Amino acid sequence: MKLPERLRRENLGERLIEALIRVCGVSAILFVFGIFFFVCREGADFMFGRLSWRQFLLSTAWYPTSVSNKRYGALALIAGTASVTALAMAIAVPFGLGAAIYVSEFCPPRLKEGFKVVIELLAAIPSVVWGFIGLTMMNRLIIAVFAVPIGLTVLNGGIILALMSVPIIVSIGEDALKAVPDSYREAAEALGATRWQVVWRVLLPAARNGLLAAVLLGVGRAVGETMAVLMATGHSVRIPHGVFDSVRTLTATIAAELGEAPVRSDHYQVLFVIGVLLFTITFAVNLAADLIVKGIRQQ
Amino acid sequence: MTSPTEAAAARVFAETAQGRRNRLAETAARTVFLLMSVVMIVPLLVTVGALVYKALPALSLDFLLTNPSRGMRAGGIWAPFLGSLYLVVISLLIAAPIGVLAAVYLNEYARDTWLTRLTNLAVVNLAGVPSIVHALFGLGAFVLFAGIGRSVLAASLTLAIMTLPVIIASTKEALGAVPMAFREACWNVGATRWQTIRSIVLPNSISGILTGIILQVSRAAGETAPIMFTGAVFYKAIPEGDLFAYGLFDQCMALSMHLFTISTQVPNVPEAVSYGTAVVLLGTVLSVNALAIALRYYLRSHQRW
Amino acid sequence: MGGRAIALALGAAIAGAALLGAALGGCGARQGSRAATRQVIQNLGSDTMVNLAQAWAEEYARVDTTVSVEVSGGGSGTGIAALIAGTVDIANCSRPMTAAEEERARQNTGKVPRHFTVGYDALAVYVHRDNPLVEITLEQLADIYGETGQTTRWSQLGIANSACRSDQIIRVSRQTNSGTYEYFREAILGKSGDLRLGSYDLHGSKDVVELVGSTPCAIGYSGMGYATEKVKTLRVARKAGDPFYLPTLASALDGTYPIARPLFMYTLGPPQGAVARYLAWVQSPAGQRIVAENGYVPLPPGDR
Repeated sequence: MKLPERLRRENLGERLIEALIRVCGVSAILFVFGIFFFVCREGADFMFGRLSWRQFLLSTAWYPTSVSNKRYGALALIAGTASVTALAMAIAVPFGLGAAIYVSEFCPPRLKEGFKVVIELLAAIPSVVWGFIGLTMMNRLIIAVFAVPIGLTVLNGGIILALMSVPIIVSIGEDALKAVPDSYREAAEALGATRWQVVWRVLLPAARNGLLAAVLLGVGRAVGETMAVLMATGHSVRIPHGVFDSVRTLTATIAAELGEAPVRSDHYQVLFVIGVLLFTITFAVNLAADLIVKGIRQQ
Repeated sequence: MTSPTEAAAARVFAETAQGRRNRLAETAARTVFLLMSVVMIVPLLVTVGALVYKALPALSLDFLLTNPSRGMRAGGIWAPFLGSLYLVVISLLIAAPIGVLAAVYLNEYARDTWLTRLTNLAVVNLAGVPSIVHALFGLGAFVLFAGIGRSVLAASLTLAIMTLPVIIASTKEALGAVPMAFREACWNVGATRWQTIRSIVLPNSISGILTGIILQVSRAAGETAPIMFTGAVFYKAIPEGDLFAYGLFDQCMALSMHLFTISTQVPNVPEAVSYGTAVVLLGTVLSVNALAIALRYYLRSHQRW
Repeated sequence: MGGRAIALALGAAIAGAALLGAALGGCGARQGSRAATRQVIQNLGSDTMVNLAQAWAEEYARVDTTVSVEVSGGGSGTGIAALIAGTVDIANCSRPMTAAEEERARQNTGKVPRHFTVGYDALAVYVHRDNPLVEITLEQLADIYGETGQTTRWSQLGIANSACRSDQIIRVSRQTNSGTYEYFREAILGKSGDLRLGSYDLHGSKDVVELVGSTPCAIGYSGMGYATEKVKTLRVARKAGDPFYLPTLASALDGTYPIARPLFMYTLGPPQGAVARYLAWVQSPAGQRIVAENGYVPLPPGDR
């Protein structure tokens, strides 16, 4: 039996829409691969030809614009990223997890919504404004409090990054704690445990994976941050010996030097290689966090 | 005089040493965690307050409507503000349809296969890509490969891809909140899947979709790195008050880029001007976010299920 | 009610896609006129010149309201690369193009780059205003900044910098692909040699002066136009025994100040139309007055 004209047209329209939906659905995969592909493509010629990985990863001599002796040692830049991220996590993880525990377990319900709103607004602050705060107010504060000559240091960048990563740790950590079944809490309370004992002995171990995922995502955020560290860490290519040294991170190097590297030159391409490195690190971190969370869901 | 029963009861229910330790530990823990939460917020409020205080001399309607002048040391922020508006609107027009339809696919059509898991992983990863890598991608793909050159279009495309996960996540959440019963009722009367989505599921998820869109707007307005190399310029003279000043293939100024430029590359900018720019950017982003949160509450309280 | 919202959303999506399609279809029409009535001149290049270029663009918008000049930094190298690729109207350069670069431009676009001197810049060496040092030679600078240099303390220069408690010389520099960085490196180290890592490599000329102005132990170099009252400008001599000069209009022009260079604007072939008018205006007394206002050295009246 042939369908009436109207129904056949509707059918066709529906199938078109569904095809469009399917394409959009997998678009995220396309974009992620696209990003990796195009970033690799711009740096490929240099990366697979002239780049010495040993020099890149192990040497601190970053002289991409030398007239006579170009060297591309990124170790100092990697150390810059690592030091600022480490300091940021050292501050953000305890405070973030503490806040997550408070919001999830101890907070009176009325305050809870307000608190979550504040955290969400904290997350919304643009990174260039954070950089501006680091460059102006935090800079002067550090000089005044610690009597150091320069306030644009690992400490400055670390504090700013910590403030930027805390919202992620709090919101995902809180999700992780919420995901622990109430039966755990009830069982513990039935045995006479106080709230704090429930948290310390039951919830934290149970939510351990989710909290780890939260920390990993915070790390990913800190590693990938560009504008705030560009403005707050002082731009000095060296391995820091303390929190009052200035450093340059991988992200800041790209942002600072890309505009000035002639297109397709070696310098330009090595900046794309740094981009590949960054993409790989954040991809690995996000993948790990995702697998951990998936592991929880299957429990 | 207490009765023997009362005395016995008092003995039984008296606080033991262990009990007191527990109670003190509990109070200590509660206080510590409360302090941790507060320690993050109070300095931030103080900082924002200081920002606003230093920006006050410059803030006025004129600031918004006049162009930067005298080497960007005076005047206002009209050209950057308009540029940011262009970037936000165009990136929204690109990202919203793709994001909403992608979320529809993930929530309504996708079966639990490896492809779906991979797609979800890709969305999470897209959200985690550093902003400077997005800039590199935009440069390599849109500016160079597609030949669009540095322009409003290339910058908007880069921003759209960057903010896509925000829309997808928000929409997916909203679609998931619609009870299955609604869909089943539709299927029972013979509607196809798309008809169900179109007439029942999407309308009931409008709050989440709008929230996602608003969050995308705030994210796109605040980003600097992705537009630095794909379309934003140091300076461009446009007439004040002209809403159509930028063409699709022109480069533009942007508020976030402008803040970066006057903080790091223009000498002798008066404090009020740079703080003023920071406050306008921060204020815009925060009020857009607050709008999203308010909208979410309003619509959630008016939910019909 | 709900369906209308959906129709609206889809309509917006289709409109957006149509806009995109139309825009991409009109791709390629970059130079020259837009739908708006203003013509666009693209001006890209040296970071040293970017503030100057912005001041010119700002003033020129008042002179000729039909033209809009887009200004970007990026360094001389970027401007030259864009010129070679034919994607920019005017490239700002704080160094001359090399013969190889000019040849590549000719091969790529068929036109020979033309340069116009639009001003002069002297690189000033700054220290904190409480620093007792008043003069320095290029050799001393090479010993402070160079990769093989040995001078790391103020006392090694023979002065007692009482404002600096640690006696350490904090070197402030620019990032490695800046034309200012390259020029400074060439001026003190010659054609080969690199600056020692570990200096504060700042992003902008103004940052250098600000950092030096707030750091008693610091020394830095930047365009002479960026001076503030918090820093002191040193006199510079080529080597020990030579006379020392402050960077001024006179000493930059007659070559007595050792670190001075001309600023160029390059076009592909002889400039036409709006670009030619803009260049003529830049070199005119009106444009050169802006050069002086921004702390650079204007063209002497004879050269215009």
